[in-house]
Amino acid sequence: MNFRSKALKFCNIAGLPVLEPFVRLAAGEDPKEQMAGIAKFLLLPIFTVCIFIGLWSMAARTVVTGSAQLPGPKATFDAGVELFQMHFAQKEADLAMRQKKLGSAIQAMAKARVLEQAATNASGNKKTELLVTAMAYKQEAVRAANFVPSSAPTFVDQIITSLKTVFFGFAIATLIAVPLGVLCGMSPWFNAALTPFIQVFKPVSPLAWLPLAGLIIIWAYTGSDPATNWFEKAFLISAVTVSLCSLWPTLVNTTLGVASVDKDYMNVAKVLKLSWSQQLFKIILPASLPLMFAGLRISLGVGWMVLIAADMLAQNPGLGKFVWDEFQNGSSQTFARIAFSVIIIGLIGLLLDRIMICLRNLVSFGNPSPAG
Amino acid sequence: MNAIISPTTTMSRTDAEARVIHTESSAPKPMMTLRNVSKGYGSGATRNEVLKGINMNLRDGEFLAVVGFSGSGKTTLTQLLAGLIRPDSGEITMNEEVVTGPSPDRGLVFQNYSLLPWLTVRGNIALSVDRVFRHWSRAQRHEHVDKFIEMVGLTHAVHRRPHELSGGMRQRVSLARTLAMKPKVLLLDEPLSALDALTRSVMQDEILKIWEEERQTCLMITNDVDEAILVADRIVPLNPGPSANLGPAFTVELDRPRNKTELNHNERFKQLRNAVTNYLVAVRQKSRRDEAAQSTQVRIDRPNISPKDLSLSGRTQL
Ligand SMILES: Nc1ncnc2c1ncn2[C@@H]1O[C@H](COP(=O)(O)OP(=O)(O)O)[C@@H](O)[C@H]1O
Ligand SMILES: [Mg+2]
Repeated sequence: MNFRSKALKFCNIAGLPVLEPFVRLAAGEDPKEQMAGIAKFLLLPIFTVCIFIGLWSMAARTVVTGSAQLPGPKATFDAGVELFQMHFAQKEADLAMRQKKLGSAIQAMAKARVLEQAATNASGNKKTELLVTAMAYKQEAVRAANFVPSSAPTFVDQIITSLKTVFFGFAIATLIAVPLGVLCGMSPWFNAALTPFIQVFKPVSPLAWLPLAGLIIIWAYTGSDPATNWFEKAFLISAVTVSLCSLWPTLVNTTLGVASVDKDYMNVAKVLKLSWSQQLFKIILPASLPLMFAGLRISLGVGWMVLIAADMLAQNPGLGKFVWDEFQNGSSQTFARIAFSVIIIGLIGLLLDRIMICLRNLVSFGNPSPAG
Repeated sequence: MNAIISPTTTMSRTDAEARVIHTESSAPKPMMTLRNVSKGYGSGATRNEVLKGINMNLRDGEFLAVVGFSGSGKTTLTQLLAGLIRPDSGEITMNEEVVTGPSPDRGLVFQNYSLLPWLTVRGNIALSVDRVFRHWSRAQRHEHVDKFIEMVGLTHAVHRRPHELSGGMRQRVSLARTLAMKPKVLLLDEPLSALDALTRSVMQDEILKIWEEERQTCLMITNDVDEAILVADRIVPLNPGPSANLGPAFTVELDRPRNKTELNHNERFKQLRNAVTNYLVAVRQKSRRDEAAQSTQVRIDRPNISPKDLSLSGRTQL
């Protein structure tokens, strides 16, 4: 395969039709035709974004209440830059702090050594006294070495927490939904047994789940030592809410995918007399992967959307909490920061969606879906 | 047997008559036998009788072609033979044993290839080989797969997936996958119908070449009379449904190896082609008239088809 077809295949699988006209241009195809593609996928979106920013600036000048004002594009951008600057400043300070603590840890350790050395030559009460002091220095050294800066999470920290939460919740949802979906797809009886639950719980909003999820997690955590817990309560409540909401698209799509495996593929399996597990792993699962991934893509989208609300309510340190806290603080920057968060939340959602499209295209041979 | 075919009389044979299987002493023993097999789909008012009272012998080592119009139940017939579906009544046997389910002994080439899109050419063929010859060593199986990929001329495309192949190449993979299982009987369900005329012609020669090397018992479904005559030892028409049954068999007495261009000038070939085509056209007209007669409740005379002399190519009754 030559460069051109390889690159075109990449555009197709990555769901990036934007790049296609450029690849074709680079390969020396008719520039006129490619200009149409560039205009459609690049110039037109740039144009509409410009119009949007113009309208936004106008709105920012008009929407003014007594105490606040709708932040314009410039204010939003500045607030974003400031948030990132704050993050890096904070990290630098933390690093310096750790450096200092490490230095003192080394010093304490050296002192402990000296004392221990002295103890080997001493005897009786003097020796015990020296050893006890050395022990105290050692403990101090360990504490200093394990020091974690306790500064408030920055905007970037919140993004990372949010991503962790959504992936954790999404992973739980996938681990539950895919096996259940496979069973539903393979056995109409099992499907009939689960249908009432699926249909009743699917349309329920995350906010209704949250108190119940919280209750169950608080129950599970009662009497346990906080130090031995793997996860924080708020994190788990958020994650479980995300899973409960993002379960359904994967479950429904997996069921559909497994139930609608091409009859011809099953005939191939029958002629070869494949065993049950071979049928499952060599025919049914690979054949239902495209639909399964279409479901996973919707699930991740739903999960990300739900997460922001769940973070707000569960007070999980994520983007949702950031928005909520900003709103409560009510500083002059409040609305600009919230507007910036909205854009960042949208961009991350877009990125996650792209990744899922790409994965789906990787498993659906011959019919990659256009980016939609 | 007389040498005259009259579709009207052959079609009105009763089941009892049809069950009398004409056996010449020289004829090889049947590999597969269908006795009074019927199959329909659905139940009640939506019941659709597809095949009714099918009697057929597939002889050891012969190439049998079944020709028929689309929708007459050809795929149903091959699926019955493969054991993928069970007859409603009657019996299908292979070497005197009743067929109760599919088996790698009866290799089926599907009408629409049925290649697994997530596997490469090698993967598709290896799936069968690894399953059927699981007692072989890995190296043996690998070599076996290679051999069949080479046989169908796809060595350059082993790592491609089905969506990167042309229709003809897909059919080659499908053929290699089935041949590599070393089945005792090869069942080909319209293997070439989805191909363009040029590819089809090339593939006909190739199927013929492969068959002449192995001389495997083979049943091929087709909708092309020329193709049937080119490849087959015997041709059996499948009458139009519903409740389709088989017409009389035409024996193809043309020397092998056969060559398409030479055949076109062969008198026997031309006569046989006319005979089979006329038969098919006649049964279709009759079935249409029967349908019309049924719907209007008006009795229409049966078609008057002039008898045809087929002394050149001997006919045998199924
Ligand atoms: N699984 C099925 N269920 C119901 N009807 C079927 C099924 N398979 C085939 N048929 C019907 O049986 C008839 C014959 O089909 P088929 O054997 O596929 O014909 P052919 O291969 O000759 O075109 C058609 O009318 C078709 O609608
Ligand atoms: Mg068919």
